[in-house]
Amino acid sequence: MFKIVERTEMAQGTVVMNVIEAPKIAAKAQPGQFVMLRANETGERIPLTMADTDPEKGTITIIYQVVGKSTALFKTLQVGDFFTDVLGPLGKPTHIERVLGLVICIGGGTGTAVVHPITRGYKNMGNRVVAIIGARTKDLLILEDKMAAASHELKICTDDGSFGHHGFVSDILQQYIDSGEKIAEVVAAGPVPMMKAIANMTRPHGIPTQVSLNSIMIDGTGMCGGCRVLVGNKNQFTCVDGPEFDGHLVDFDGLMQRLSAYKENEAQATAELDHSCKLGQMK
Amino acid sequence: MTDKKKVPRQPMPEQAPDKRRRNFEEVPLGYSAETAVLEASRCIQCKNPVCVTGCPVEIDIPGFIRELRHGKFAAAIAKLKEKTALPAVCGRVCPQESQCEERCVLAKTGEAVAIGRLERFAADWERGQGEAPLPSLPPKTRKSVAVVGAGPSGLTVAGDLILKGHDVTVYEAFHKAGGVLVYGIPEFRLPKAIVQAEVDFLAKLGVKFELNAVIGRTETVDELLARHDAVFLAVGAGLPSFLNIPGENLIGIYSANEYLTRSNLMKAYLFPAYDTPIARGKNVVVLGAGNVAMDAARTAMRLGADTVKIVYRRSREEMPARAEEIHHGEEEGIELHLLTAPVRFMGDEKGRLKAMECQRMELGEPDESGRRRPVPVKDSNFIIDTDMAVIAVGANANPLITSTTTGLKTNKWGYIIADSETGKTMKQRVWAGGDIVTGAATVILAMGAGRLAANSIDKYLKIGW
Repeated sequence: MFKIVERTEMAQGTVVMNVIEAPKIAAKAQPGQFVMLRANETGERIPLTMADTDPEKGTITIIYQVVGKSTALFKTLQVGDFFTDVLGPLGKPTHIERVLGLVICIGGGTGTAVVHPITRGYKNMGNRVVAIIGARTKDLLILEDKMAAASHELKICTDDGSFGHHGFVSDILQQYIDSGEKIAEVVAAGPVPMMKAIANMTRPHGIPTQVSLNSIMIDGTGMCGGCRVLVGNKNQFTCVDGPEFDGHLVDFDGLMQRLSAYKENEAQATAELDHSCKLGQMK
Repeated sequence: MTDKKKVPRQPMPEQAPDKRRRNFEEVPLGYSAETAVLEASRCIQCKNPVCVTGCPVEIDIPGFIRELRHGKFAAAIAKLKEKTALPAVCGRVCPQESQCEERCVLAKTGEAVAIGRLERFAADWERGQGEAPLPSLPPKTRKSVAVVGAGPSGLTVAGDLILKGHDVTVYEAFHKAGGVLVYGIPEFRLPKAIVQAEVDFLAKLGVKFELNAVIGRTETVDELLARHDAVFLAVGAGLPSFLNIPGENLIGIYSANEYLTRSNLMKAYLFPAYDTPIARGKNVVVLGAGNVAMDAARTAMRLGADTVKIVYRRSREEMPARAEEIHHGEEEGIELHLLTAPVRFMGDEKGRLKAMECQRMELGEPDESGRRRPVPVKDSNFIIDTDMAVIAVGANANPLITSTTTGLKTNKWGYIIADSETGKTMKQRVWAGGDIVTGAATVILAMGAGRLAANSIDKYLKIGW
């Protein structure tokens, strides 16, 4: 059992942050790695990249968007409640090194939580780091303060123009590319179309681009192969070969299709949950 | 005295095929006490019992059958437990027909004693009696052993070493102990309550289980060696093989590992009561012909398929699945499409599987495995309509442990090199057994490797490497 010691709702309650007691995982975790969580005995195993860790306190931080039944169930857990299972740290850590040139870390939506420790890692390594984060609208932005602290420069975008740049994170990236400054590395995490757009933008310039994928998986240890994705025309397992891959080689369209595999089941499960919640309120 | 030869091998009562093909309840129902005693009376109690030589854990087969025959069921299970920690499991999933029963003297002139069914009876009888009595434990040795992986091999080592007075901690990556017994073998062949009872029994003996511990990530083998005297690695094969043909990433195509784990461990067959979803294909194709393929095919039938086809490039004779599994599957309506090989998968505009192109094969000259090599028949390609496929063509070695442990040696396929008599690896104080050494094999072979390693570990803890 893994206790929740801190809980914050963000982005109008559509995003939740949990700090969880998991000392063994906290002691080992590195930026880019993920955990598998299960809320209760009937729950699904859900992979989430860690947004932060505190080895001294023995805690890890996860940030998730409430998108379906399992994350809705996560959201019901309060401080003092427990996740039945947390497994990790899984996946390969991000390869963070001192590079010659600018590092640009891009987070879209809850992808910002994924790039946060990576951004900080690049900065701590002595690189000059620009962070670009975006959301649909101002109220859905997360981690502005933390991203500001983790980088030298923070750029914020909203799709509707309610805050910062009116447009996409890729617009800002384009400005940096156009400026002619040498960009040594781009790291991106967020919705698949965003990562695809960024990879397409950096490819002609030969800018190394790492993307963090959020495939569907069961075990997280290489056993099921459900998270397979074509990278350079070769199947790779997101859980053990990733979750970060060379964005120029990832088959984003295939990834997007596989992410839609359980859309109908998800709708059914969420409807059942709504139904049982209403029944619960009636008691 | 009754003439022993006149009692025929007692058939196993089973759920009717047309009923069981749509439920997940166990297929064989088990012997009654009367039937068990009658079947036990068929054993002629050979002086030199060759059946025992066919058992990887050398169960005293005539011994436990003798007790059954006299109605001494408690004595029978005690006899079994001298050699196996998992009798209820072995009685169900061991390939007896190619082990103990194959060697039974009666098989030469008629039908072998139904050893597996009798073993199952004894174990089930005990479970029906409530709490199993705990054997007396020897004084603690204050030596401690880490077992990595809670499958059949790991559980055997844990059971053997706790009974020798050592401390045992089992590290399991999943949230439930049992390994392939809980994620791989379906409920209708091995009810999960039985596995849980065996695990609970080990826990009562004092075995500690650390779940959600993925060794190689949460902790390394070297870290385990710092606080344990010995480490036994039994992590299974662990990486699914794919066919590497076009279209393999379409939605609706599963590895057998994923399909069975969703259904068995995560209980997706009870969706939406359980949250994990699973595709319910209408026209299902299963690639491969081993026990895992049969399990996947029979699961798909139970999840409501109209048709389930086993597609296999060789002929019936070469099918690696147990005869009993193939027989059960066919009774339930599983079709065998033999001498047929997949060429590519085809999808719709949303990336969902809709058809598979195949080609006919014929058997040519024997290959390196001694089996006749399947050769494509020219211009024989054809299409099978399908909305779900399960790829059950074996597994590879998971590198999570071997890539994070110094000093372990692996063979060219990535399996750990371990001595076949002792399970010792090339690294001091580390043993290995089961599928991570042999590649995908059977539950009982993994248990046999566990038994040998447990003996070797015990010897080391008492006298040294």
